[in-house]
Amino acid sequence: MSGTARLSRVTVYSLLFVLLLASRPFTVLADDHLAAIKSSGVLAWGGDAEGGGPYSYPDPEHPEKIIGFEVELADALATRLGLKAKMVQNQWDQLIPALDRGSFDIILNGLERTPENQQHIAMSVPYFVYAQQIVTRKDTAGLDTVEKLKGKTVGALSGSASLKLLENTVGIDVKNYPGNVETLRDLKAGRIEAVVLDLPMAQFYAAPEPDLKFAGDSFAPGYYAVGVRKEDANLLASVNQALIEFTRDGTYERIYRKYNVWDGRQASLKDFKADAVVQKKAISTLREWPKYLPLLLKGATTTIKISVLAMALAVVAGLVLVLVRMYAIAPLRWLAQAYVEIIRGTPLLIQLFLIYYGLPEIGIKLNAFFAGILGLGLNYAANESENYRAGIQAIPRGQTEAAQALGMSQWQCLRHIILPQALKLVIPPVTNDFIAMFKDSSIVSVITMVELTKVYGMLAMSTYDYIGLGLMTAGIYFALSYPASLFANYLERKWSYDRR
Amino acid sequence: MIVVEKLIKSYNSNRVLHGVDHAQERGQAVVLIGPSGCGKSTFLRCLSQLEIADSGRITIDDVSIEGGRAPRNSIERERQRQLRMRAGMVFQQFNLFPHLTVLQNITEAPMVVKGVSREEAEEHAKMLLGKVGLAQKAESYPAQLSGGQQQRVAIARALAMQPQVMLFDEPTSALDPELRDEVLKVMRDLAEEGMTMIVVTHEMQFARDMADQVLFFEGGLVAESGPPEQIFGDAQNERTREFVSRSVRK
Ligand SMILES: Nc1ncnc2c1ncn2[C@@H]1O[C@H](COP(=O)(O)OP(=O)(O)O)[C@@H](O)[C@H]1O
Ligand SMILES: [Mg+2]
Repeated sequence: MSGTARLSRVTVYSLLFVLLLASRPFTVLADDHLAAIKSSGVLAWGGDAEGGGPYSYPDPEHPEKIIGFEVELADALATRLGLKAKMVQNQWDQLIPALDRGSFDIILNGLERTPENQQHIAMSVPYFVYAQQIVTRKDTAGLDTVEKLKGKTVGALSGSASLKLLENTVGIDVKNYPGNVETLRDLKAGRIEAVVLDLPMAQFYAAPEPDLKFAGDSFAPGYYAVGVRKEDANLLASVNQALIEFTRDGTYERIYRKYNVWDGRQASLKDFKADAVVQKKAISTLREWPKYLPLLLKGATTTIKISVLAMALAVVAGLVLVLVRMYAIAPLRWLAQAYVEIIRGTPLLIQLFLIYYGLPEIGIKLNAFFAGILGLGLNYAANESENYRAGIQAIPRGQTEAAQALGMSQWQCLRHIILPQALKLVIPPVTNDFIAMFKDSSIVSVITMVELTKVYGMLAMSTYDYIGLGLMTAGIYFALSYPASLFANYLERKWSYDRR
Repeated sequence: MIVVEKLIKSYNSNRVLHGVDHAQERGQAVVLIGPSGCGKSTFLRCLSQLEIADSGRITIDDVSIEGGRAPRNSIERERQRQLRMRAGMVFQQFNLFPHLTVLQNITEAPMVVKGVSREEAEEHAKMLLGKVGLAQKAESYPAQLSGGQQQRVAIARALAMQPQVMLFDEPTSALDPELRDEVLKVMRDLAEEGMTMIVVTHEMQFARDMADQVLFFEGGLVAESGPPEQIFGDAQNERTREFVSRSVRK
């Protein structure tokens, strides 16, 4: 009897313990996060200061200091919660996954309060009313509504509400950009006809440009709100409370007037009533692969085109480079050597930016496709020329002497004796570079090319299924590079003359 | 037919040839002997213009070149090419082209340098391969041949340019002893056909049998020259006698 009673008491305690453990993630942890923030004394907020005016941007006078209306708002918010604000720099279109990872506690960076964004994170009451603005060049007429943008090439910021709005309008050729500055630069360069962006950015970046103008009135208003992880319900409640107080005590008006973003619309912040957000089911792109795989494959064709053409350019240009470097007259030789050293000593990203955004300033305007091929190709040409050089130097001196003794000129010797042997030697390193090129080609997304990695990023941003899409994308990259290395092995075997 | 006058050659500040004189008639086989490092290879490399002499004059047949500087214009380059085509070089290390078949090794230079047609070049090459006893190896690659076979291909390759003189730089030194005779036999045949030759070798028996004239090189000069009977039997120079007796004992 007593044995049974003791046993049952142990069972009850164990059950209670298990329940306690199981309930932690739902209740205790949510409480704890606000508590953890409070005990640390720091409110970490995520934002992007690169091209982030007037939200958060480096002070032109003191570039080490980040200023902006959101910086001051973050300070006010933190103060209200008894904390100190600390900004964490993060690329804008990756703020939500970074919040998820725990890189910071809240997002405060022009994040639109849209149903899409609220699928994955919780959003506060709004702190700003934005609207969309069309910007064109001074000499462009008539593009003053979204309707009139049909048939035109129009740029917008990656992951923004403006982009979504353009993509939902049939017939617009939409280009998406990593930053505002690049978008407006391409508008000035004439690569695109118009840009749609949030009004504050338009006022900050486009209004001062003498060549650009606002086309039509601002439209499609929406709200910016603070983003919080879904489980941080208490943090959200505290943020909401603080923001509602800001509508009453004039904090918004004071800060926004300072940055010249106060307008009549902001007065409506205090009347905000939240709509219930309909939660959609989480998307599994792996299960729905027939819908997503073709989109990724379409991106992959761009990746293939760019990689193959850029590599073809690199292989040929690299050969010219190495011949000039090793056999031409002195000044040309130095030039080729300087080219190789400079290209290898500077980042590919900068080279691409110079080609795509820099060359138009001296009148050379390439579209993104050719700029991408040129940038990658010329970059890889430097590597290939070094591969060739190693190959040529690996050919024994006796080969040249034998050819010369037979009366061959330097060029005949190079063409018939040295290069055929050297080119076979460089198959493995050149193939390695070709495989690397498939992966490196993803960098052309920064100049608006939509290739495999970019498609992955865009789909992941809208589905939040980073893992499923990631597996599919990685699978495609592998399917591209594996045959390339098989082919190289085959060539090596086929062309080997020194094995019996 | 070959005249070398006061040939001087230095590597940096190290003078290797101190004014070599040499004259040779068409059809003569000359053997160069001498201690290692005395400049024998350098001498042959100057003749085939793989090295540019500091001064002196080299004449082969109707082409004559002064030392002093590398050719700088097309006329000088053409003259150098003419001289090179008149001298066929056979290297110690064969230096066959590994990416080409045996046949292609032989036809490449006539086609590229002289513009001979493929048919003509191949016909000539097959004849030469027969002569060096390798007719059945035309389609092999050098790596598939023994050292002795490779050196015979190298001889055929040099002959394909129809040179006036054949230069051999220790053609059997890189070979195992049992492979040397097949190469020496080819050279013997060539000499008997009347090919003009200069051979650097340590094969004293070969020198004794074949040479019309033997040059003993020492310290960058021809210390003694004469018919083989003199050099091997009755050398005038003390150092020659020493070298010969040491070499024969070996
Ligand atoms: N490319 C070179 N650079 C510098 N010195 C060299 C070079 N080739 C040969 N020598 C030197 O020249 C001398 C003669 O060399 P070589 O003609 O090869 O002699 P041999 O063939 O009689 O043994 C040697 O002392 C050698 O070290
Ligand atoms: Mg030597």
